[in-house]
Amino acid sequence: MGSKTALFDKHVEAGARIVDFGGWDMPLNYGSQKEEHHAVRNRAGMFDVSHMTIVDLHGDKVRDLLRYLLANDVAKLQSQGKALYSCMLKDTGGVVDDLIVYFLDESFFRLIMNAATRDKDLVWIRQLAKGYDVTVRERADLAMIAVQGPNSRELAAPSIDDAWRDQALVLKPFTGMHAGELFVARTGYTGEDGWEVIMPAAQAARFWDRWLATGVVPCGLGARDTLRLEAAMSLYGNEMDETVSPLESGLGWTIAWQPLERDFIGRAALEALRNEPTLRRFVGLLLEDRGVLRAHQRIIVDGFGEGEVTSGGYSPTIGRSIGLARIPAGEYSRAKVEVRGKLLTVRIVKTPFVRNGKILIDT
Amino acid sequence: MNDLPGDLLYTSEHEWLRREDDGTVTVGITDHAQAALGDLVYVELPEAGQDLDDGSDMAVVESVKAASDVYAPISGTVVEVNELLNEDPERINSDPYGDGWIVKLKPADPIDEASLLTPDDYQELLDREAG
Repeated sequence: MGSKTALFDKHVEAGARIVDFGGWDMPLNYGSQKEEHHAVRNRAGMFDVSHMTIVDLHGDKVRDLLRYLLANDVAKLQSQGKALYSCMLKDTGGVVDDLIVYFLDESFFRLIMNAATRDKDLVWIRQLAKGYDVTVRERADLAMIAVQGPNSRELAAPSIDDAWRDQALVLKPFTGMHAGELFVARTGYTGEDGWEVIMPAAQAARFWDRWLATGVVPCGLGARDTLRLEAAMSLYGNEMDETVSPLESGLGWTIAWQPLERDFIGRAALEALRNEPTLRRFVGLLLEDRGVLRAHQRIIVDGFGEGEVTSGGYSPTIGRSIGLARIPAGEYSRAKVEVRGKLLTVRIVKTPFVRNGKILIDT
Repeated sequence: MNDLPGDLLYTSEHEWLRREDDGTVTVGITDHAQAALGDLVYVELPEAGQDLDDGSDMAVVESVKAASDVYAPISGTVVEVNELLNEDPERINSDPYGDGWIVKLKPADPIDEASLLTPDDYQELLDREAG
């Protein structure tokens, strides 16, 4: 038996198939996973993401700590509520975890990190925080629900207190705000508009029921994975881990090289790797043959070498199989993938595959 | 929970067989199997005319979650495959014992019922797995 979120009983009530995810008993799907996926692309769906690790950092030198801890630079966060996506690296340039950091005030930043990496993340951060006199407080008392889809904010808004609702509705993408006991952020992991709402765990069931009543569709981890794959958003453990750097994981854009004088953990390793001509490419794949791409399938590029599918699956929006992959350096537009003993053809495509309900690749 | 059709035989691999009047055997996967797999997105079918040994790989069904082998439940020759599944693999989800059939086989030998499961046997297996 794994850990349970405050919404576990709601999932069982809704008929969820429960699976273990990083030590948590989480809903994989309630009914049809494809219908949950389409609900988010076309209307509104909600995900219990309370298993994620929320950590509040308090202290006068918290900004300095984060500028050293993270590969992206929190100096970019100048207005209250602004969020930044970043990797947290080892000295080798390998990825400890990826996270979102919110700037709440000059002595208060909030981190949202993965569930499966919780223990090592906390050890890693606490070890460093001591030197900056920053307190590290895990917020296990909080729950989080992501409402996602073109109609999600409009459907969820009536549950936000009058005093905050208008302000919440005009939040800019990638910003968050406190709304009484809630923290509302215009973020997500689906490629659609929406909010991630953090609330006291004891209130989670009430919000869940209200949103259910307004027509927001409960969605499980299965739909979360196909949605994020179409949006080409990285999943820790698939696209990146401690053995591979952001430069080969499609996350080069999250490294803040400027200003040059800022030191951060992993910087020296990344500087050395940066201009390596053998650096592997990180790309999107569209399967041209019939079949399904899956993580860990072998990629063969004649004359260039081999690569690997990091995430793969069926895209409900496109109606074909897509994937993300690390492949050898070089200029080519097609490759072979070994799928269940057969070599199938994939085309290399620009990501994301889908954004805001629209297919962005040529099919 | 599961209302198993009483006129079918079953296997411990969650497949069903129906003996047709013309001596062929229709094979599919059970309602329990389709529910566990989730929405099907791709089915790889054998070729008509192919000879299969009991227990050999016969087809592959892939869902949003995973790929799963479908084994030949008896030895025989493939006489027909359900081409509908190429375009609409979700027929297996919506009608596993009907339109969602996968293969018709001509048995190589008389069918040995003792090596297959009756509806009661299969129900017992499901109850045990749910245990």
